Formats: sequence, C-alpha cells, structure tokens
Amino acid sequence: MYEIVGAFAENKDLARKIRIEQIIPQLEKGEIVTLNFEHVESTTQSFIHALISDLIRKFGPDVLDKILFEHCNDIIKQIITIVVDYMQESL
Amino acid sequence: MRIHLPNSAFLGNIDPFLRSFDNSNLKELIITANKKWISIHPVVLAMIATLGESLELKKIECEKLEATSKHYLERMKLFEFLDIESGIKINKHESSGRFIPLTQIKTSEELSDFIREMVPLLHISPQQAEPIKYIISELVRNVLEHAKSKSGAILCAQYYIKSNTIRIGIVDGGIGIKKSINQSYSAETDLDAIKLALIPGITGTTRNVGGTEFNAGAGLFFIKSIATANKDFFMIYSGNGMYKLLKRSSEKIRLNADPFRDKHSRDDNYPYWQGTVLGIDISLENTAKFSILLDLIRKAYKKGIKERKKVQYKGARFI
Repeated sequence: MYEIVGAFAENKDLARKIRIEQIIPQLEKGEIVTLNFEHVESTTQSFIHALISDLIRKFGPDVLDKILFEHCNDIIKQIITIVVDYMQESL
Repeated sequence: MRIHLPNSAFLGNIDPFLRSFDNSNLKELIITANKKWISIHPVVLAMIATLGESLELKKIECEKLEATSKHYLERMKLFEFLDIESGIKINKHESSGRFIPLTQIKTSEELSDFIREMVPLLHISPQQAEPIKYIISELVRNVLEHAKSKSGAILCAQYYIKSNTIRIGIVDGGIGIKKSINQSYSAETDLDAIKLALIPGITGTTRNVGGTEFNAGAGLFFIKSIATANKDFFMIYSGNGMYKLLKRSSEKIRLNADPFRDKHSRDDNYPYWQGTVLGIDISLENTAKFSILLDLIRKAYKKGIKERKKVQYKGARFI
C-alpha cells in the first residue's frame, strides 16, 4: 500500500483504484488478498470505506475471510474495524 | 456584500460577526475593519477569501487598515488572495510563524500534496499532527466531492501559543449542505440539513444505510467527535443555518449520534451563506489519544447505525 498511497492513506481515488484493479480480480480468481500497510502511518475512514466497503456489500461478510490486513498499526486497525463493523451492521 | 472585521471573532464569540455579514449586493465586496485591533479565527479569513473568489469582476474595496494587527492578514495572504495591494511589509521568515496561510485546493492530488507539506509549517509532533491531518483530509474531500464549488475549498490555520490550540477554517462557495443532502433526503431548513449531515451514516448520495462504495456519511460525525473528545469548538454554517458545538467541562467523553444532544448552540436565521463554512479548534494539550478516540467513535457509530436501522424496520400488522 505504501508505494501507492504513501504514509498517510487518505486519497479515496487511489483506494478505489486498488479495489477495482487489484483486489476484485484476485478475489474473483478465488485467491486470498493481502493488504500490506507496512510504513503506512495513518489513514482515514473515507479511505478504508472506499477500499473495502463495496467488497463486503457485493461479496458478503465472508469476503473478510479472504482478505488479510498486514502490518497495521493501532490507528489503522481501529479504522478498519469501524468500517467492517458498520458495513456488517448495515447489511 | 459587506463584511466587517471586528475586534475579536473566534468560534466562541463568532455569532455577532456572522450576523453582521451583509450579502445584499453579490457583485461587489466591501471590507471594513476595527481601527484598533483585529483578532480573528482563520475561518473568518477563509470566508472573506471565498467571497472574493465568488466575485466575477473582483470588485473589492478594502478600507485602509489602521489596526496594529493588520500584519496578520498580510502574513495569512488575505490581500494576495483578494488581489489587493495592502502596502504592508512583513518579515516572512519570523520564527513565530506557526501557520498555514490561505490556500485554495481544487483537486484530490492538490489535497494530498498539501497534507504532505502542511505539518512542518505548524511545528507540531507527529502525534499532535494526527487529528489535524485527518480533519483537513476529510473536510476538504467533502468539499471536492459534494460542494460543486468552482473555487474548490479555501482553508487556513493558525497555532495559538497561549491556548496551545490549532484553529482551522475550511470554506467553500458551493451548493451548500441542504442542496447536497436533499439529493437523497428532504430537509426543510438549512439547520435540518446540517443536523442530518452530522448524523453517522447519512450522506446526500444515497438513503441506504452503509452508504455507497465511495461515501459512508461518516466524515462530519468523525470530525465532531474529535472536537467533542477534546472539548473544543466546532462550527458549521451553511445557508441560513449555523450549528456550534460548545466547550464542555465534564471529564467523561460522550459521543452522541444526534448532534442536538451535544452541548451546542444553533439557529436558522443567519445571513445566507452560499456554500459551507467550517471552523474547528483543536487543543494540543487535551488531544485524547487518537486510537482511544477511534474506539469511542466505533461504539457510537455502531449504536447510531442500529438506531437508524430500527427506525427503518417495519412493524407487524396486528388485526
């Protein structure tokens, strides 16, 4: 992720690009997707929403078994958890 | 339009300044100021710059400023923004300059570049910078995505040594919150629309709980929550409506999904502002650990979504 979004992952356009061009094709092949947040220091709820909310909406909550979030610090973990929680609440 | 820079206008006492804004002639801008001292929140500067940008012919008249604090306006690049020769000379390299001058952001890339370059200007620690970066990113992206503002977002910020606070103003001259929210809802007044915009999970792009692939309707709730947790002021003004989160003394942090349950002031009778004005203070002394705050937001957000879904549930028909 760092190479694409930098230390502060906030650009939603890039989040959508990663989702459409990298995550979805891998999921459709039945592969496990690893999102590596190494060197990413922080993010926003909007970025994580643009990155993963539509995956949960389209593939259902089970898609979370096929996505691994790697090297996340506490803030990134919290924001991912917020988005994962409210998306499941809203289904 | 006529705007008067008062002796003092910060978020706590900004109401008379907002009420004095005269929007009767949209073709020209007349700026007057207090003769002795001008001490104003960055949001006031961002408002004036936005008004200047809205004029097609830049017909701006600014009386000769006499207040000794006029240098602040020059340092913040107000006159440069308005294309006015101020005649004020300043030392641009003075060490106390912890501020972000008036900046216009029109694209997503400009925003990312700005955030990268912004933190060194404020001379704060990476931990203190965390909520500031978050707030600016979310608020400016809101403008870029929803405001349909020709002049994009105009913002500036200032660090105040005495109160150890960063004060930020982000303003646009776009369609305003009511028009944006009413793409999916039917708010009757600007204040109704502001209330909806502050509730977690509500966005103008859809009525669906959980939002769209690109919008969750969470941005403003997060920002209000940061201000609530830090016991800071937060103000949002759009159309005729203004909502202001007031300072609280209680130690216990309570995040409400309904903004009208927070300690606040509100009115729907302000001079009409075309677009949206957002002002926020972030006290660096009180800055709650961001990860703890996020945990509170997660709980409040989940509760807010549950309450909204409950409202949508259909009742059984008993005969």
